[in-house]
Amino acid sequence: MKTLKYWLISGYTKGLIGMAIFYALGFYLIQAMRNASGAEYDPNPGVMIGAIFSVIGFLLFAGVLTDWLKWIVGKRPPLKHGPPQGRPEWTRYINVDNNHKVIGIQYGITGLFVFLVGGLFALTFRLELSQPGMQFLTYKGYNTLFSAHGIVMIVSILLGVGAMSNYLVPLMVGASDMPFPRLNAFSYWVSIPPIVLVLAAMVVGGWDTGWVGYPTLSLRGAIGTQLFLLGFYLFGFSSIASSINIIATVAFMRAPGMSLFRMPIFVWGALSAALIQLTATQTVGISLLLSVMERSFGMTFFDPAAGGQPILYQHLFWFYSHPVVYVFVLPGLGVISELLPVFARKTLFGYKWIALSSLGIALVGFLVWAHHMFVSGMADSLRIPFMVTTLFVAIPTGVKFFSWVATLWEGKISFETPMLFVLGAISVFLIGGITGPILGTIPSDMPLHDSYWIVGHFHATMFGGFVFPYFAAIYYWYPKVTGRMYNEKLGKLHFWLMVPGFWVMSFGQMSAGIAGMRRRIADYDPALGVTGTQILITIAAFVIAWSVIIFVYNLIASARRAPMTNPNPWRSRAPEWQTASPVPELNYDETFEVVGGPYDYGKGTPAYVNMHPAAVPGD
Amino acid sequence: MSVGTVEDHAEHHGVELSPEQQVKANRFGLWLFFISEIFLFTALLVARFFLWGNTRPELNQVVGLIATSVLLISSFFVYRGETAIEHGDKKRFMSNFLWAALFGTLFFIGVVVLEWNIFGLSGEIAGIEIFGTLKPTDGVFGGVFFAMTGIHALHVLSGILLLLAAWYNGRKNNYSATDNWGVEGTALYWHYVDVVWVFFYPALYLIGTAV
Ligand SMILES: [Cu+2]
Repeated sequence: MKTLKYWLISGYTKGLIGMAIFYALGFYLIQAMRNASGAEYDPNPGVMIGAIFSVIGFLLFAGVLTDWLKWIVGKRPPLKHGPPQGRPEWTRYINVDNNHKVIGIQYGITGLFVFLVGGLFALTFRLELSQPGMQFLTYKGYNTLFSAHGIVMIVSILLGVGAMSNYLVPLMVGASDMPFPRLNAFSYWVSIPPIVLVLAAMVVGGWDTGWVGYPTLSLRGAIGTQLFLLGFYLFGFSSIASSINIIATVAFMRAPGMSLFRMPIFVWGALSAALIQLTATQTVGISLLLSVMERSFGMTFFDPAAGGQPILYQHLFWFYSHPVVYVFVLPGLGVISELLPVFARKTLFGYKWIALSSLGIALVGFLVWAHHMFVSGMADSLRIPFMVTTLFVAIPTGVKFFSWVATLWEGKISFETPMLFVLGAISVFLIGGITGPILGTIPSDMPLHDSYWIVGHFHATMFGGFVFPYFAAIYYWYPKVTGRMYNEKLGKLHFWLMVPGFWVMSFGQMSAGIAGMRRRIADYDPALGVTGTQILITIAAFVIAWSVIIFVYNLIASARRAPMTNPNPWRSRAPEWQTASPVPELNYDETFEVVGGPYDYGKGTPAYVNMHPAAVPGD
Repeated sequence: MSVGTVEDHAEHHGVELSPEQQVKANRFGLWLFFISEIFLFTALLVARFFLWGNTRPELNQVVGLIATSVLLISSFFVYRGETAIEHGDKKRFMSNFLWAALFGTLFFIGVVVLEWNIFGLSGEIAGIEIFGTLKPTDGVFGGVFFAMTGIHALHVLSGILLLLAAWYNGRKNNYSATDNWGVEGTALYWHYVDVVWVFFYPALYLIGTAV
């Protein structure tokens, strides 16, 4: 009963109420203005202004903007810190809180929830695809489900990246928090209303464009399309705000002695991802906003019927949407590089090369976007250059593979769940990596581009580059976050169901693609001979789903176990394992000092960090 | 925790920022935001050159030139206001920021009332029609012109609100010669929005042949 009461007065509830009120306000304001001027009925402008208002309403009611509004009227409210007064501690997780670890957990739980929703969409249309013909979905329903699966999973991955970056980066560099804690809370809370908008889009008619939202279909689609475009656009504010904090944390809040090349390697991945989020998000934002304006105000940018250029949308869209896969993958690969030395008890091979390869992938990633447009009818002269740059991505990626193999070489490897997921991630990322150049090469891209091959390739890079490393990270840092060890047996069961399941799914998707199965299509010709493969993929998808349920159960059940007795179960040299679990409010007892290399396992060299330096005078 | 009490300092913690470092971090964070916004404005310029190529719509050159000058003058007032508060001259800071907000508003009105002509007026001064005729629905000319001026005008509007907030905080004695991040940040933002217009103005009004 008490619990329900706390939920009813939580930031989420208040925010959603504000969202509804402000949406109605914006929508009816525009409708009234249009009625007064005698314009004919068109919901698009009202929905646009309503959606933008709704985000403001959410933030206002949830309490995200309170301190800033007080600043404007000349007050100087102190930063709220520590657990809430007069309420149980857990309620800080459902209210606006400025602590980077609380925000990291909020990102993580929201991300997992959204991940489950996106997975449910996938299972639904996967079941539909297991037989040719239409079983229980309409064409429209199929289109909406696969489109929503795409954007919802992307949002969930971005939230997962936010979870790791927010929780780990300040902790790893020795900071007490991020430099702009209120902005940090803003970047989490501003991500919620766009999720609501996208889910609402499914209810009011859905949309057919996939997550890419190409015009001209996006300009002509029903009102659900408008809500989807707006939700996608507004989510960008979260990415940009969060990236500013991460970059500034690395720039300003590193512990004494922590030079850039002595940071834990994950920080390099998070930093490179943040640099992409900071910049590229703007171009996809503008491509979506222009689409929304084209729908709302009869302006012309992309509709060729009125002199626009649909290809312009694709250029702006992919300028973000190619690099954004590195936003997912670079933190994921960072986790792999971070965990391998711990479980191999060996130093990370070629630290500097790995660190710089993250930056390298981020930079080259900006020069390859048009490989998504080889079959779009763009200028022929652009094709070869973009093919060449695309193939260049293989170089920094290869550096990482080489370094991982060399790190494992002759290591004293132990196979706990996090390590299993790291190894599984490498195997799956290898599948995704090898199938990439085939798509980057124009002649082989032509027949494969709109086939299921690309579905297989993309899911392999996403699972190998992010999802599996993320599971590894959750298992690895679960004891740090909760002070309790997860259930190892269930963890291993999760692994042995999910990774082989994924292999089957991946190879199934690619072979269906070669056989001629097209992507984004609700139905297929039984003469293709892929029905057996489709059944196999569907079964694999359900095995994966079961393993995820086991994973979620493990997280919840293990939180009730007895506290750990061993403060450093992985015998890690990293600073976050030298402080208490769960981590104290401001992370460390004292500012530590970096005195050694981060990954000098088994060398007998001094520790990485010295937790008790001589007291600094005046602090 | 820039505003720490004795108890706060007894608390255990990792690296924290001193007030001076916090201002440096604020400045850095604002510049990161500017870098981010460069991609927004560049994308709009890309759209302009992609869709207009070497042409542009017929626009009122006199209004464009005057609006641009008004905006640049506002930046000059902001600069004077910021210098004033750095010397501890609160009065001069406040009057200059108010002037800047006024000129910013004039620019905003120039765009919305004259160029956009949202009230659908017409009229001449010295034989020159001062109200715009281009509409947002006029193909790619209208679309790009209204998108670029509109997104820029939103930045001007938020800048005006920041200038007024800084002015109000000045009235409340929240700034001194050494503690004035609010003024500095606002000034930086205003100059930035101005510089963006320096790129937008020629792209919209000068480059290409009018058709
Ligand atoms: Cu790509």
